[in-house]
Amino acid sequence: MTTALLIEQGLNGLQLGVQLFLMAAGLTLVFGIMNMINLTHGSLFMVGAFLAATVLAHTGSFVLALVVAVPATALAGLVLEAAVLRRFYGRSHLDQVLVTFGLIMVINELTRMVWGNVPVPMALPQVLSGAVTIYPGVTYPSFRLAILAVGLLVALGLYVVVVHTRVGMWVRAGASDRAMASAMGVNVGLVFSLVFAAGAALAGLAGIMAGPISAVQVGMGEPVLILALVVTVIGGIGSIKGALIAAVLIGLADTFGRVLLPPALGSMIIFMMMAAILAWRPRGLFPVHG
Amino acid sequence: MTMIASRAATAALVVMCGVAALALPHAARADEPIKIGFLSTFSGPQGQLGQELFDAFNLGLKSTGGTLGGRKVELIQGDDQAKPDVGRQVADKMIESDHVQILTGIVFSNVMLAAAKPTLDAGAFVFSINAGPSQYAGKLCHPHYFNESFQNDMLAEAMGIYLRENSVKRVYLMAPNYPAGKDFLAGLKRTYKGELAGEVYTAFGQLDYAAEIAQLRAADPGAVFFFYPGGMGINFVKQYAQAGLMDKVRLYGPSFSLDQTILPGIGDAAVGSFASTFWTEDFDNAASKKFVADFEAAYGRLPSTYASAAYDGARILDAALKAIGGRIEDKDAFQKALESVKFDSIRGHFKFNTNHYPIMDSYLSEVIKDAKGRPTLKRLELIKADQADSYAAECAMK
Repeated sequence: MTTALLIEQGLNGLQLGVQLFLMAAGLTLVFGIMNMINLTHGSLFMVGAFLAATVLAHTGSFVLALVVAVPATALAGLVLEAAVLRRFYGRSHLDQVLVTFGLIMVINELTRMVWGNVPVPMALPQVLSGAVTIYPGVTYPSFRLAILAVGLLVALGLYVVVVHTRVGMWVRAGASDRAMASAMGVNVGLVFSLVFAAGAALAGLAGIMAGPISAVQVGMGEPVLILALVVTVIGGIGSIKGALIAAVLIGLADTFGRVLLPPALGSMIIFMMMAAILAWRPRGLFPVHG
Repeated sequence: MTMIASRAATAALVVMCGVAALALPHAARADEPIKIGFLSTFSGPQGQLGQELFDAFNLGLKSTGGTLGGRKVELIQGDDQAKPDVGRQVADKMIESDHVQILTGIVFSNVMLAAAKPTLDAGAFVFSINAGPSQYAGKLCHPHYFNESFQNDMLAEAMGIYLRENSVKRVYLMAPNYPAGKDFLAGLKRTYKGELAGEVYTAFGQLDYAAEIAQLRAADPGAVFFFYPGGMGINFVKQYAQAGLMDKVRLYGPSFSLDQTILPGIGDAAVGSFASTFWTEDFDNAASKKFVADFEAAYGRLPSTYASAAYDGARILDAALKAIGGRIEDKDAFQKALESVKFDSIRGHFKFNTNHYPIMDSYLSEVIKDAKGRPTLKRLELIKADQADSYAAECAMK
């Protein structure tokens, strides 16, 4: 492997990792803070992509698509939370898996009814449709660099919000001891709704950023959800830092595994990595509490 | 808490990876209608393909008045989720509790390989309108197994002939790592015979091809031959175009990589690429024109090559059953009727080979924009007339 190719593949791994992080961040927050396994996270990813593709097709503006689709997905998440999921915070994980799995099918069918069965086209934003030379011999698609930038900005933003703001403090308090935080005057129900909406917005954002490079179609969220669950488990449930590091690890391992290993082994590498890490640290790399 | 949560997350992962099949409910056994199990991929990122086949098969049934050989039809729908184990379970159920007489609809060859054997062992017919694994064309060929669509290798073999005859050098091969992927690349290598710049298999259902595309660029090939059906094809072609390779290294594939199941999802990116195919939207015979018009009227989109085979599939069953007065229960008669079936194929003409796979004309086609600005396949030259698959000689039909 030449240096140029090594750099390009490293970037590919990093970019895939950051994309997974966008997805895993919301999942791990909801899981860690509400103790809720939310499989509909993949559906929100899909909804975000479909909404953005529709806005883009009608207006031609990717920025507008972002501005509309991210809050709309957050709203969809809020509705989902208030209508169904809120009732399942106290229930067993199995109940949560069953209800959210059922919701995946419902949302898939609803999406099929609205947008049809054929994948929807979603073009690249014009300014980011080219490729840039970042090293002699390495040209890289600008949009993938944009994904990288967005993911890192989100990571930074989440860090600042969770660690350095009052809302972040409520979130952390609600996560570590719900009853005590409630007694100290934190409106835990509101905090949970906010966290859920933020998670949905992130899933939507991940879907929108994935739309131009992959097929916008019914069921697009499920394979991504599986990878995001792997990231969440490896990183330690509830840990944003863990999610970021695990996502980048997975992205790099997957990319180099696919290129360097025989195909059967290459497609298993991340699951072998998950097994190895869990054997070594059963709570993931950065367990949050308890 | 997190320990339990980790375990729960892992359990959730397992649930997501392998959920039980969701076969639709079925009516009680009746003697009159012909029972057909339509097992296909209806969910997940490849779910569009099952729906495409199902829509076209139903349109074919509609064209025969909703009957096959004059008898009513009961279609029992099942979802294999593109997973062989799930496909096998649903097939078992269709045979044991629904008593289907024909199993059809399977998209993917790995599902076919898992589901065909129990079906054939139970005495039912397997009638493939898509998946065409080499195994059942050769050593495993069976009197009750028919495939009217294609054998996986064939369109790749046709493209191999075209690339060789046009002196295209250093072809780079890419396909998913499953039986049909292997068949397609084997087919290309059988007829192309030139130097290969690379041969890469990727995981089935892979979403991101950036790493493989970087390797491809570094290998500096003269052309790319790729087989990526459904969502995989959309992802690959989009990302290939975004890597700036579309103008530099031309894409060649079987129609399944570049037909109406792929093109609408990628916009104009694939215009100028070439596909080998047995049918295109612009085929100039009355049956084909009626098919395209009816399909567009019914579903509001152009039909794909998958749809063309599924539509013909229903009409083949009708023609064969008409010839024997609808008596599907007489299995020998039904087999003979299928073997010598005569019908008005949208491909122009149609014939089964001795191994129950089609003998077909393979064409070259190019991705162009039609009068309405939609990307479509335009038929170009005939690459090979009356093409037979390469496994028929290994088949000793009993």
